[in-house]
Amino acid sequence: MSSSFLQQNGATILSLTIEHLWLTAAAMLFAAAIAVPVGVWLTRSPAWARPVIGLANILQTIPSLAMFGFLLPLPWLGDRAARIAIVALTAYALLPILRNTYAGIRGIDPAVMDVARAMGLTGTQRLFKVELPLAASFILTGLRTATVTCIGIATIAAAVGAGGLGELIFRGVASVDNRLVLAGAIPAAGLALVADAVLGIFERLLTVKR
Amino acid sequence: MSTAIEFRNLFFATRQGRLLLDGISLALEAGTTTAILGRSGSGKTTLLRTVNRMVEATGGDVLVSGKSVRDTDLIALRRGIGYVIQESGLFPHFTVERNVGLVLEAEGHSRAERVQRSHALLETVGLDPTTFSSRYPHQLSGGQRQRVGVARALAAEPKVLLMDEPFGALDPLTRAEMQEMMRDLMARMQKTVVLVTHDLDEALYLADRIVLLSSGKVIADLAPEAFMQSTMPEVQAYLHAFRRGVGNAAHGRSA
Repeated sequence: MSSSFLQQNGATILSLTIEHLWLTAAAMLFAAAIAVPVGVWLTRSPAWARPVIGLANILQTIPSLAMFGFLLPLPWLGDRAARIAIVALTAYALLPILRNTYAGIRGIDPAVMDVARAMGLTGTQRLFKVELPLAASFILTGLRTATVTCIGIATIAAAVGAGGLGELIFRGVASVDNRLVLAGAIPAAGLALVADAVLGIFERLLTVKR
Repeated sequence: MSTAIEFRNLFFATRQGRLLLDGISLALEAGTTTAILGRSGSGKTTLLRTVNRMVEATGGDVLVSGKSVRDTDLIALRRGIGYVIQESGLFPHFTVERNVGLVLEAEGHSRAERVQRSHALLETVGLDPTTFSSRYPHQLSGGQRQRVGVARALAAEPKVLLMDEPFGALDPLTRAEMQEMMRDLMARMQKTVVLVTHDLDEALYLADRIVLLSSGKVIADLAPEAFMQSTMPEVQAYLHAFRRGVGNAAHGRSA
């Protein structure tokens, strides 16, 4: 990529990178807001774990382009492409967060949970003082996996006009211009690597030594 | 002396219909230590756990200070009863100080109050608060963890202390130190203690009374001296098995 290309397209790349980041971050927030409480609920009703995690699994198997296509004709959602992108990315992010929340809480030493109950902690106190802190690094691992995956999938969102770095990739493919493809692909890969590293640091900080 | 804990014709059966407690009736006097002995599966731990309703009896009743545990608010009941288990069950993400003060934290006591209480309790169990308060459980030895577990169980000043094989996982020397500490604590604090153990020596050293369970029934309920002199076949069988176990261990060491 020449310096003149970057001079011409630098501002566009930057704004599309910010847009890409925004789409992914919004989806991660929604996914965590749904998957963490559902994961906690599943630990209280384990009979539902298999069907609910199975459903999240099925969502993940839908090809991303098809998912964006399915959502396009829906009322309100279809009005703005960014909404479609966020809903689709949220759906893809559910499984890793849900599965890790469930496994993280279920994996807590039974002796610790036994004492938490026996010493008279209420259900809410057990959740916030014991279960979530001890499962936090697992939950963050799920969030990290989901974030890296969704940064990649978000490039497809440009197909429905949601913006993001995929726009450069699609434009590059259409005009057979590899510079444009790389201008979208390299920042997207960079975002994924940075997100992975930053969340990895948090994950290590939250890991409880036993 | 008043009755602190009373088991009234207590039954517990699993969902599969296995009877673990079969009509147990016992009255434990306040300020005394009762050791519950018996082979694995005899119902010792189940009996202990009916007191703080970690196990809900399927028949009969348990009374703590004269009140049925069923009629007591579950959270209040549990906060009023100390609980110590073999693995200590310390919260690995909390410091020693926070582990000890957690019940007080749950009850909304101020931080200053919690710190003061946990430091006093650490001293009581023989740990220097300035050294140990800020440590995490993984930074402690097995014996130190159990000491913190005992301190935590005493935090809410319970009248009743339930101990489920508290020193079973410790090496013999540390176990002896812990038993000594417990005997001293019991003499000073006058708690009603229910101690589940496999260790007859521990029961003899710590308890005022020994209850032997078999298949969910009380087989013997005797003072330690009477237990050792009992001619009851079940007690004799237990003593014989215990002595043989100790003898085998000694033989193994000298071999």
